[in-house]
Amino acid sequence: MALAGATGTAPAIELRGICKAFGPVQANRDIDLSVPRGTIHGIIGENGAGKSTLMSILYGFYRPDAGEILVGGKPVAIADSQAAIRAGIGMVFQHFKLVQNFTVLENVVLGAEDGRLLRPSLARARGELKRLAAEYELQVDPDALVEELSVGHQQRVEILKALYRRADILILDEPTGVLTPAEADHLFRILRGLKDEGKTIILITHKLREIMEITDNVAVMRRGEMVASVRTAETSPAALAELMVGRKVLLRVDKAPARPGPPVLEVRGLRMVDADGVERLRGIDLDIRAGEILGIAGVAGNGQTQLLEILGGYAEPGSRLSGEIRLKGQKLPLSGSDGRARRRAGIGHVPEDRQAEGLIMDFTAWENVAFGYQDAPEFRNGLLMDNAAIRKDATGKIARFDIRPPDPDLAAKSFSGGNQQKIVVAREVERNPELLLIGQPTRGVDIGAIEFIHKRILALRDAGRAVLLVSVELDEIMALSDRIAVMFDGRIMGERLPGEATTGDLGCLMAGVDPTAAPPGATARTDADGGAG
Amino acid sequence: MDFATVLQILDSAVRLMTPLLLACLAGLYSERAGVFDIGLEGKMLMAAFTSASVAYATGSAWLGLLAGIAGAAAMAGLHGLASISFRGNQLISGVAINFLASGLTVLLGQKIFGLGGRTPSLSGAARFGEITLPLADALRPVPVIGPIYAELISGHTLLVYVAFAMVPLTWWVLYRTRFGLRLRAVGENPASVDTAGVSVTRLRYGAVMICGVLCGIAGAYLATGISAGFVKEMTAGRGFIALAALIFAKWRPWSALFATFLFGLMEAVANRFPDLDLGFVTVPSMFMNALPYILTVIILAGFVGRAIPPRAGGEPYVKER
Repeated sequence: MALAGATGTAPAIELRGICKAFGPVQANRDIDLSVPRGTIHGIIGENGAGKSTLMSILYGFYRPDAGEILVGGKPVAIADSQAAIRAGIGMVFQHFKLVQNFTVLENVVLGAEDGRLLRPSLARARGELKRLAAEYELQVDPDALVEELSVGHQQRVEILKALYRRADILILDEPTGVLTPAEADHLFRILRGLKDEGKTIILITHKLREIMEITDNVAVMRRGEMVASVRTAETSPAALAELMVGRKVLLRVDKAPARPGPPVLEVRGLRMVDADGVERLRGIDLDIRAGEILGIAGVAGNGQTQLLEILGGYAEPGSRLSGEIRLKGQKLPLSGSDGRARRRAGIGHVPEDRQAEGLIMDFTAWENVAFGYQDAPEFRNGLLMDNAAIRKDATGKIARFDIRPPDPDLAAKSFSGGNQQKIVVAREVERNPELLLIGQPTRGVDIGAIEFIHKRILALRDAGRAVLLVSVELDEIMALSDRIAVMFDGRIMGERLPGEATTGDLGCLMAGVDPTAAPPGATARTDADGGAG
Repeated sequence: MDFATVLQILDSAVRLMTPLLLACLAGLYSERAGVFDIGLEGKMLMAAFTSASVAYATGSAWLGLLAGIAGAAAMAGLHGLASISFRGNQLISGVAINFLASGLTVLLGQKIFGLGGRTPSLSGAARFGEITLPLADALRPVPVIGPIYAELISGHTLLVYVAFAMVPLTWWVLYRTRFGLRLRAVGENPASVDTAGVSVTRLRYGAVMICGVLCGIAGAYLATGISAGFVKEMTAGRGFIALAALIFAKWRPWSALFATFLFGLMEAVANRFPDLDLGFVTVPSMFMNALPYILTVIILAGFVGRAIPPRAGGEPYVKER
């Protein structure tokens, strides 16, 4: 099938038979890819499908074991990033590669200086930035420190870096993961502008919506192989999802209507001022009933983490707390860090960051499956741990949760992200807690595991348990929640029912604007886009 | 206290702060590039030994200086190899260098000179002589300015002037050159430098070797400027004091000048007034001598405000997958 934009001229980038193995793992197998000039090309695939490896090869981080790279029809050897830059390739990484305490100007110039002295380089860059800002809606204050910029603006700096190096081909790796909907819209406007100027853009994402919205063509990767390359206009989200996982997946979660029971968690006027004196929570009121999932949507960093930590019993040391938390009518102590007491009271917790808080990465799976409950009677043998019982329990959980490889003696760090998450979820869900706190349940998890984890969360709900779900993935919140609360700047901006909420509506709340509260005719200013420009 | 005494103390402070300043700037280059260096002490000690030995053997302070630089640079290369190429722990590598220098200097000294680890005393051209700046004697009668110029500014060895000149030079290199920009970047976020197509390894080696050269000058000054030969453990913790000064200075060159002056001044006061009589109590000399070290502990314990080290400091750079 001919790709959109392929009109006789040589493709901007062509890959032929790229192979790359890390030890026994074949990360890329015989990859062919052709990206027509002046188009936006999506690359989609599950985690570990080999997208990032492929792009790292293109940017000179790895050398392919075999294969050929052609830029503008000519074969090039990309030995390092410098060679990639010379070939006109720019990369915007998922985790920005910026120096936090440098100015925007210094970051842009770094590595692309004109000579040994800085001043002439900085002066030229200043002029160049002004021109690029006007041309592509990439306004950023050149003298602002990067650490003072919003995430959206930092991303603009990354794009400016690439353009300053005269990149014709721009690769963006999961660019919207950290953006508000408004920021993401702005980014897409920028990308369309770049495309109109004849630049070629490669967009790596796992969000089908973005692929459908902005790309001309899309390539699908699965387990290191390129399984399809199609025109976006001629495919559908369901078809792409199927290609990604190799089987049909339900994008919509099947769930029975909730049958809410008595309230399990009641939070009243919860406030938290952290050790640095920043007010993180500004009066949170929440109710979760038995048999109900309350989803908390919001851009990361608006107090969700603090809320989960306080409910989980490990508020940041040195922080000041006030308000009231009741579990089944029983008041819980606010201060003090006692995660164990919370667990005993019946609160299970799947933390947002599984690697830092959910697991001990160097410990084995069976040890990790018992953490937090290692003093439970069935795991104890007098003063000692009953390792045999724990291992037996772990083996059962590994089987029931289809954790792969099914080896309880493997260190947690040896599992893939999805399987690591399954270990944590198995540990918390199988205790059948009164209340499950679950933060970013499927961050960095492949579609198969997402589906599985979602089903387990719903099963817990259907068993009459309360679930507090925090996620930055709006799709996930909308699919799972029985009620949706949106957090912004330490407050609950509003609550919606999933049936009646639109993404636009929620997006406004996430950006701190209550559309129902806005006076008619007034243009809503979105704080998230204002940033530190 | 009269004006002449004040001048004498300040003059002595300038001499005593010179090795500290050089070592502090040495550490500044290394740590700004993200390589922590607690081996300043060992590098200085090694340089003091090699410079004194070569100066004695050749009778030339200049060859001694070169040997000092070579000695410290060899140790710096070792630190680079361990902590950059092999991505080892920078603190452990630094500790190892301190021990290595401490043992090796005495062992070689005893083997070569048989003086219990000392080198023979240096004299004449084997030491750096004091330089009298032009017009120093002519200006001496001018009140205030004259003595300051003649006593305080004039009459130091060349290496003292080198050390002071290094301060503006370092500032200029850090903030006005491409190398400086990259150096600061690699200490904050090496990935930013790497993705910009610049070699992290080469930059860090560059910084570590500059650190070695400056430590070499510091060590040579100790053995052939301030003293007349090498004595066992003659650095006496100056490398660690320089490290404290570096933290105190928050890794900035001009502040390093101020911080090392403070330490030099304290040492000078202790030397001038071994038993400081405050009228109601006499401060014992042990306490006076311990002052710089006490200040070091206070600084390292964080009593002088929060110093934020370069963010990537202490971390070997590994490319992300």
